Amino acid sequence: MSLAIVQTLSENSLPPSSVAEDWRAGGFGLYLHWPFCQAKCPYCDFNSHVAGDVDQVRWRAVLLSEIARVATETPDRVLNTVFFGGGTPSLMDPDLVAAILDAVRAAWPLANDLEVTLEANPTSVEAGRFRGYRDAGVNRVSMGIQALNDSDLRRLGRLHSVAEARNAFAIARNVFDRVSFDLIYARQHQTRAAWRTELREAMAMAADHLSLYQLTIEPGTAFGRLANAGRLDGLPDDDRAADMYADTQEICGAAGLPAYEISNHARPGAESRHNLIYWRGGDYAGIGPGAHGRLTLGGTRYATQTPLAPAAWLERVERAGSGELPRQVLAPFDQAQEYLMMALRLREGAQIDRWDKLSGSVDILQKINGLDGLNVLHCHAGTLALTDRGRPVLNAVLRELLAEV
Amino acid sequence: MTDLAHIRNFSIVAHIDHGKSTLADRLIQLTGTVSERDMKEQLLDAMDIERERGITIKANTVRIEYKAKDGETYILNLIDTPGHVDFAYEVSRSMQAVEGSLLVVDATQGVEAQTLANVYQALDADHEIVPVLNKIDLPAAEPARVAEQIEDVIGIDASDAVHISAKTGLGIPDVLEAIVTRLPAPKGERNVPLKAMLVDSWYDAYLGVVVLVRIMDGVLKKGDRIRMMQTGAIHNVDKLAVLRPGMVDVAALGPGEIGIFTGSIKQVRDTRVGDTITHEKHSAQKALPGFKPSVPVVFCGLFPVDSAEFDDLRNAIEKLALNDASFSYEMESSAALGFGFRCGFLGLLHLEVIRDRLEREWGIDLITTAPSVVYNVYLKSGEMIELHNPADMPDLTYVDHIEEPRITATILVPDEFLGDVLKLCHDRRGIQKDLTYAGSRAMVVYDLPLNEVVFDFYDRLKSITRGYASFDYQIDSYRADNLVKMQILVNDEPVDALSIMVHRDRAESRGRAMCEKLKELIPRHMFKIPIQAAIGGKVIARETLAALRKDVTAKCYGGDVTRKKKLLEKQKAGKKKMRQFGKVEIPQAAFISALKMDG
Repeated sequence: MSLAIVQTLSENSLPPSSVAEDWRAGGFGLYLHWPFCQAKCPYCDFNSHVAGDVDQVRWRAVLLSEIARVATETPDRVLNTVFFGGGTPSLMDPDLVAAILDAVRAAWPLANDLEVTLEANPTSVEAGRFRGYRDAGVNRVSMGIQALNDSDLRRLGRLHSVAEARNAFAIARNVFDRVSFDLIYARQHQTRAAWRTELREAMAMAADHLSLYQLTIEPGTAFGRLANAGRLDGLPDDDRAADMYADTQEICGAAGLPAYEISNHARPGAESRHNLIYWRGGDYAGIGPGAHGRLTLGGTRYATQTPLAPAAWLERVERAGSGELPRQVLAPFDQAQEYLMMALRLREGAQIDRWDKLSGSVDILQKINGLDGLNVLHCHAGTLALTDRGRPVLNAVLRELLAEV
Repeated sequence: MTDLAHIRNFSIVAHIDHGKSTLADRLIQLTGTVSERDMKEQLLDAMDIERERGITIKANTVRIEYKAKDGETYILNLIDTPGHVDFAYEVSRSMQAVEGSLLVVDATQGVEAQTLANVYQALDADHEIVPVLNKIDLPAAEPARVAEQIEDVIGIDASDAVHISAKTGLGIPDVLEAIVTRLPAPKGERNVPLKAMLVDSWYDAYLGVVVLVRIMDGVLKKGDRIRMMQTGAIHNVDKLAVLRPGMVDVAALGPGEIGIFTGSIKQVRDTRVGDTITHEKHSAQKALPGFKPSVPVVFCGLFPVDSAEFDDLRNAIEKLALNDASFSYEMESSAALGFGFRCGFLGLLHLEVIRDRLEREWGIDLITTAPSVVYNVYLKSGEMIELHNPADMPDLTYVDHIEEPRITATILVPDEFLGDVLKLCHDRRGIQKDLTYAGSRAMVVYDLPLNEVVFDFYDRLKSITRGYASFDYQIDSYRADNLVKMQILVNDEPVDALSIMVHRDRAESRGRAMCEKLKELIPRHMFKIPIQAAIGGKVIARETLAALRKDVTAKCYGGDVTRKKKLLEKQKAGKKKMRQFGKVEIPQAAFISALKMDG
């Protein structure tokens, strides 16, 4: 099927003609990381910290200085998207969000349809700030609802109830044009039937975008430690997890929210434009502790990174005028691999001519032949995409495609 | 040079864990041979693998100076011998170089099968034997009972056994006195042509080949021109030293002494253990009796996981062989595994040690194929071929019969485990030869096929007896039996590296076990994989590995790219640890693990 996916590249001039301009096919976005949470969730391996009092004045100064620094390096670029991620950015003072977005508007020419997303926890306190965020310029929220079942919410370490989440979601729908929420499934002791029921309830909430993640036990998290100790029971095996993935595709597809990415579903046109920049191999600046970026400057693509610890990042910016650790040059071939790895997550797939240019014409079609008969990939009109069968085994497909290239 | 009366040469006979290395350490320590600062646990076990496994593989030597109670200073030469059955040959030749042995027995455990085998070798070499009861400080020690057992089982007088605790140092001075007073001084004449026994040799990166010698007659001096009587090779003695245990240069070695020399010798293979060394001029007329050469009994293929590392592997194997003449190798090519080597070993431990050293010291990841013994395959034409590799098995229509090597195994086991041990031996096609009791322990002697023992017999024995059984064996004879070659097919492709020779009656159960194991060991692929065992064209066991249905990262955003790419790189590196058979990737570990039997 073909999807009418919004164009993010229109304002960034012409389609890419060379490796140096490859990023233009994906667009340009800004990611801001707010690392603080009220509590750390047992499954979360993101860079988040529990801190009581945050010096929002100091943070404002440092964030604004970083925006100015990145802007001088990327003059005249049209900014397509801004994303406040975390941590819990809905703990930010709306005034701080406003100051940041003012600075952003001053720093770059903006796309006409600039998308500004903020991740929010669905509590009543945070819902109370929604209007402030909207007035600051946020036009999309992504809510971490995670489950529609109170006992599972507690088990996932969430501080909200289902009732509170539904309430916050209703407020968000009133305040913002675009609202997405996250659910985590393949949870402990969750049956297929229970998930199908829960997912249908989610469909009824009329969001235009859903991120549906299978619970992944990451090392270094509380769940990871429990699993290592053999004390995390009731997790589905791979076969049941595969069934639940298939159920998810079926129910969301029928409800008009097909997957446009492995775990992301949207009504056509309501895809996360910011995240599409990642998956389409665009450029993005990462600001904040532990934020990653990909920037093509002077024909060279760089991977940028900052220190994980909030205090270390603040001090680095204040002392050195930049929060970044030394930049890594991404060779075109690394870029090619990243592009394939990310773009194959999308239903629209990867463009073979971009792969060819970045990889120096490593013959991907020959690799595809090795997967012949498995019905995991299809190649059509210059794009390479996973089939329904291939999507749940993407890592295995990538191992084949990128083996010995 | 020291006069004969002030020299004692000895070895220590003991079972693993009975305290041989600790005792050697204490002897070295108490005589001040090594300063406290340099003292490391188990000084003589120099290789990492030896320290880790708590075993001795190569014979090691140390010269100790000891001032005895009679006021005289004696030179004590200890040759520390390997304790494992695989290295029995090294033990026997080390024994030829000394006049006496300390028989160390754990006073809490008693005599073990291995002790028996080694003590018989010492008796064969006409050794004077001093029994030493170790771990006397432990509450469970039963010195009287163990002394009685030594007399019953071995038949030597244990009434004046030395009681020690090597751990605490208790009784160590008594051991030193016993060496001086109870072991005989070596014999030999100074003013006759040189006769030195080549006891061992090893490769040293700086010195080239180092040769350990025991002087029987005459005097060896630095700068001498010497001749190896078997090979005829002439060398100049560049360096002459004794081992304390580091090398300490000496000007000459006289009769009864033990030391090393170097002489620009390139390969260990150029020195023949048991050879007699004499002077180029004024040579000895008659060589010493020499030793019989060691014969590899277990063979397996070693292949580099990454075929690009073949040259590195060849280089490493050649270097290792420089130092270990008992290990044989020849190039082999496998349809599935590419180029590698078919290697022969003295036993399974020897195999593991060599493989570990190749992987660790040279950093080469290896695939080890199923270990096999040497079968004598008699063809209808009357010809006999030695089969080292099941892959080379001729078509059955040409085969008249196949003979396999059998062993005589001696197992000592506490009563309570006897039933399980008999069952294990029976399951492995054993024929009971003898069953006797020594105290509360049974001694069983079995005639067993070596191929049933070579793989995991010892592991199984240890586990069913909770480590209380001890085991030793001798190769006995070749006998015909109903043997067949069993192939494993993965996704309908035969995997030659998994072919094994097996008794027809055991083929179904082995085949089923291997298919089940492989089903666990092979990761799921994007398609389903049949795994079959077959004899000729006939499938005798089958399992199916279901297709992979889920392997995808749930979240992958801008901040995850670097990490996920690294993960992918790691998985790609993991693929290198796999071997491709048609479309299927088999982890290298599977080649050995698939053969381990649970019952």
